[in-house]
Amino acid sequence: MAQQRVVVVGGGLAGLAATMKLAELGAQVDLISLTPVKRSHSVCAQGGINSCNDQTRQLGDNEWKHFDDTVYGGDFLNHQPPVKEMAFWAPKVIDLMDRLGVPFNRTGEGFIDRRRFGGTLYKRTAFAGATTGQQLLYALDEQVRRREAEGLVRKFEFWDFLGPIQDETGRCRGVVAQDMVSMKIEAFPADAVIVATGGCGLLFGKSTMSVFCTGSAASRCFQAGARYANCEFIQVHPTAIPGADKLRLMSESARGEGGRVWVPRTPHDSRAPKDIPAGDRFYFLEERYPKYGNLVPRDIATREIFDICVNEGLSVDSDRMCVYLDLTHIPKAELDRKLGGILEIYEKFQGVDPRFEPMKIFPAVHYSMAGLWADYAKSGDGGLLPGSPRNQMTSIEGLYAIGECDYHYHGANRLGANSLLSCIFSGLFVGPSIINYIANQQGGYAEVPSSLTEAAVKTQQERHDKLLKTSTGDENPYLIHQEMGDLMTRAATVVRRNKQLEEAIGHIDELHERAMRVSLSDGGHWTNQNVIFAKSVQDMFPLAKSLLHGALLRDECRGAHYKPDFEKPSLTSEEPVERRRQAEVWCDEFEANNRKFLKSTIATWDTNSNQPQMSYEDVDTSLIPPRPRLYGLVGAEAIEEVWNERAKAKADSQQTATSTH
Amino acid sequence: MIAPIPTKKNPPSEIRVRVLRQNGPGEEPYWELFDVGYEREMNVISVLQKIAAKGKNVDGKKVAPVAWDCGCLEEVCGSCTMVINGQVRQSCSALVDRLLADEPDEIVLEPMSKFPVIRDLMVDRQRLFRALQRVKAWVPVDSYYNLGPGERQSTKEQERAYPLSQCMSCGCCLEACPQYNKIELTRNEGETDEQFEARKLAAFDEAFVGAHAISQAMLFNHNPTGKAIAGERLDALMGPGGVSACGNAQNCVAVCPKEIPLTTSIARAGRATTFAAIKKWFET
Repeated sequence: MAQQRVVVVGGGLAGLAATMKLAELGAQVDLISLTPVKRSHSVCAQGGINSCNDQTRQLGDNEWKHFDDTVYGGDFLNHQPPVKEMAFWAPKVIDLMDRLGVPFNRTGEGFIDRRRFGGTLYKRTAFAGATTGQQLLYALDEQVRRREAEGLVRKFEFWDFLGPIQDETGRCRGVVAQDMVSMKIEAFPADAVIVATGGCGLLFGKSTMSVFCTGSAASRCFQAGARYANCEFIQVHPTAIPGADKLRLMSESARGEGGRVWVPRTPHDSRAPKDIPAGDRFYFLEERYPKYGNLVPRDIATREIFDICVNEGLSVDSDRMCVYLDLTHIPKAELDRKLGGILEIYEKFQGVDPRFEPMKIFPAVHYSMAGLWADYAKSGDGGLLPGSPRNQMTSIEGLYAIGECDYHYHGANRLGANSLLSCIFSGLFVGPSIINYIANQQGGYAEVPSSLTEAAVKTQQERHDKLLKTSTGDENPYLIHQEMGDLMTRAATVVRRNKQLEEAIGHIDELHERAMRVSLSDGGHWTNQNVIFAKSVQDMFPLAKSLLHGALLRDECRGAHYKPDFEKPSLTSEEPVERRRQAEVWCDEFEANNRKFLKSTIATWDTNSNQPQMSYEDVDTSLIPPRPRLYGLVGAEAIEEVWNERAKAKADSQQTATSTH
Repeated sequence: MIAPIPTKKNPPSEIRVRVLRQNGPGEEPYWELFDVGYEREMNVISVLQKIAAKGKNVDGKKVAPVAWDCGCLEEVCGSCTMVINGQVRQSCSALVDRLLADEPDEIVLEPMSKFPVIRDLMVDRQRLFRALQRVKAWVPVDSYYNLGPGERQSTKEQERAYPLSQCMSCGCCLEACPQYNKIELTRNEGETDEQFEARKLAAFDEAFVGAHAISQAMLFNHNPTGKAIAGERLDALMGPGGVSACGNAQNCVAVCPKEIPLTTSIARAGRATTFAAIKKWFET
């Protein structure tokens, strides 16, 4: 068989996992990244990686429960077959990373230690200090370096992916990319292409993401015809350190290790936090969510912190919004061992030692559940069919999406410590699928007609040259980006209202037009970061527009997407019969709402109007029937009772139906 | 423990920034001055972002934005290393208030001097990554199939490995090292891309490998599976530019932002290579 060549765009956890697996399977890989892969954004992941394990198993846990927590936490918008497959692979993924040398924290006896994360009652999370993402990434980076030394992988670092190359049938035959040092634009013909380019936090100006997480690579695929899905679902992490240039993540592991969130009951209490007695402290998460406490899923913690500051006026500081995240009750030695990395970040950037003084934190945009639509083939047992060429393939044939830039694993809200898992899992799992895809194709990378590659390079060269030449433009790309960030942060983060979204849509159209008229302060042909940034700013708009349109159309609350005007109320009656009636109505409405909105949002890009076209697609919920997410709701027991009766009746009638056939 | 950030009573309205610029490899470096509006809680990254947005130098002349490299902005990716007021460090964790407290007049930014300048504050650190290949800094596992967990490890072993594994390849230790000298080659006439690349890598492989790579070699030589090729790593460290090239200045450990015990790794590598050399001598 002829040598196979795959282009992998992006060298974070997903891209590196795919690269090393493909190299092992004998394919040549061209790895393209706009930063040295060891510096990819995965290094910022702190808390850990989930799997059920020997210890949790003996407490009643299993892979199915991990799967169930993931889809319940995601408000059932996750596609269930891929999630099921991922949960069943999770223990194997951690075993592999252990073999690759990741220094996971150990128990006294030498087993991998675990901690608890949000949205579960089990200690599933393996961790390496508080820099787990960094440690996992380094292990994969090392394996890819090994394959590079063997000649199986060629790295193209400081190269910007400009777009896929498609033949007349629409099939992806390679990519066009630009050397960010010499500025030369080149074609990379391939048998298949993977994009593993992460999230799009920069749509919001400042976020917890690295500076290159613009989403522009996904947007370039989207503009080339790939479908973009669940666009309106962006996770706002409850705990980040506000900063002038960036909102730095303060990991959920701080709460996993016992950190407590509180505010003084008196607004802007001037006493030092340690002088405020327990009675004067409001541990609002613990009071409102006795079962999960500080470890409710992220969307809920975020809304509560937002609410306590914005609506209840209980922010710790009077001039900016923040709440306390308190670790001071935990012994210093334990904190150093398990959370050292993140405590150092707080210390370095805030000048305060969180071991002795509570941290001040506030929510920040953190993760994109949205991403390129990707396919999968379902197996007989409800998981994925290993090796099917359809797994992770976007709507462009031969173009695959994995990691944060795919869309189907995390639904409406991602659980903490599941992203490192989905990245490595999808990266490993896609390898054999791609090999099989290539085996069934006519015409390999060596037969890509030069007319095709030349035309693709020419299109990109023209765009580039035009930007450099435009001296008539009057817009500054940096200021446009700031405006976009402010707009998106105001209209489309924690709380969403239709009126604001409508206004934002008008405003974003205008900003988009202005972004197309940017004038550069650097017209040079060597390491021109100005033009690279300008292009990425322009390409952020298709995603920003899809996000706003998706949010406007979705008149409901689901996971991270919260519209108070469409929130389902708690039960009000204490009287049993009336309460029961209210619960029935609640469940009726819940089912009606699901029929309408339990769908993946699908955007396609219309180049003529420069607008997304929105539609919906069914979600595969065949394994675990959707049920109400009732964390902390008043009347939850009554609703649950009604719901369980209905679920049982449904199951019974299905059984009768099958037995009579 | 770190002292609290001094909050200046009368913060300046503008900060003066002096940048050592260079338009490309082989070009003459030059100083350029910028004034940037002061804000609370700035770091060198936000200063450079403001310079880019403004696009003008101190004389009001329109100039190209300063080129520099950055990524995570929380000191875990290693991208944004540069020399700030004479000290090599990450620009994200260089807080303006602290810099001004030490040196109120201006902030001076220079590229690292041990790597070829690409443009302005951006340098080419290819040699740093090449050194990781040279010492085979990886665990030589059989395959990426599911073969069960790795070996059990004690807390002590984990606590020895983890600090070394936090190395983010930032280059501070190399900038500070008197034994690590800049290698900047230019392409010969008629040389192809491949030939030039091969000549460059050969030059890298003969020169001092650097504290970071020695430390990584020790990390993997103590990994239960990694030690299977410990001998090959020691061979790499015994050759020219290996551990014996270290002059024991101990600057590396002093500047490491992650406080990695680099000199301990170097001492360990020194002992291990000596033993390996003696053993070889007896075997031949």
